Amino acid sequence: MKATIIITPKKAVLDPQGKTVQNALAHMGYTGVTGVHIGKYIEIDLVPGTDPAAAAKALNEAAHKLLSNPVIEDYRLEIE
Amino acid sequence: MNFAVLQFPASNCDQDAVHALRLLGHAARLVWHKDASLGDADAVIVPGGFSYGDYLRCGAIARFSPVMQAVKQFADHGGLVLGICNGFQVLTEAGLLPGALIRNRDLQFHCEYIHLRTATANSPFTNKIPAGKILRLPIAHGDGCYFADEETLGKMQANHQILWQYCDASGNLTESANPNGALLNIAGICNEQRNVAGLMPHPERACERILGSDDGKWIFESLFAALKQKPVAAVA
Repeated sequence: MKATIIITPKKAVLDPQGKTVQNALAHMGYTGVTGVHIGKYIEIDLVPGTDPAAAAKALNEAAHKLLSNPVIEDYRLEIE
Repeated sequence: MNFAVLQFPASNCDQDAVHALRLLGHAARLVWHKDASLGDADAVIVPGGFSYGDYLRCGAIARFSPVMQAVKQFADHGGLVLGICNGFQVLTEAGLLPGALIRNRDLQFHCEYIHLRTATANSPFTNKIPAGKILRLPIAHGDGCYFADEETLGKMQANHQILWQYCDASGNLTESANPNGALLNIAGICNEQRNVAGLMPHPERACERILGSDDGKWIFESLFAALKQKPVAAVA
């Protein structure tokens, strides 16, 4: 059982990495790109058979406290 | 005065802070990150470095160390806490200071001297800085771009929580004097209660003329003066 947490910078926060990559893509001729946002991808292995609702509750708490910084980042949690 | 200087794995300005404080005539000792108590301390310095390898985000892991629980208690009781560079990042991650420090806007690590304007003398960290004095201090960071949402920034301005701003040699807050893209050229701030402050520049590296500047001493002299006036906070 696996949980994934995808963390992206908030839209209002400067994302110089995303901007630089976006410019590089444009230089390479990839047109039609209107934005690039670079974040983090975290994979968490869970004990098989874990109750998904309980896992989601715990991981949302962990994402809020440690895995992301709510001042500058948004996150998305997926459990499969 | 008796200073506790925290030491995390990969702190690297801890010894500099102890050296500067002793040079200026005060007692300072290191407190290991696993200690749950600060012991006998009048003030706390959270030093620069790369605590816990800057893993996840700068300061994110250090915030959960046992010693930081003691620092939080110390601050809640009104104790004076100063975070320098990585220490500033740790204090924002811990929620002891508002906002966050993100990657420098040009993605470069900046290691250079900058100029600072002190926005208010009304804090334990700025009260001895001569009026109009432009401080010349070194910076050394990759993640020093201060960010807070508009509402938070508005509140900070209303409460005069912005302590230091990057400026040119004449004191003008220009875009080119801003090394990292920080909002409002912010280099250092304090909390609403004014007993916790953080800044990206390194005053502890600039307390002796032989090192290129001794402007950093004004910040420590402010702390000493504030501690002299104020009864010592309950020790956590």
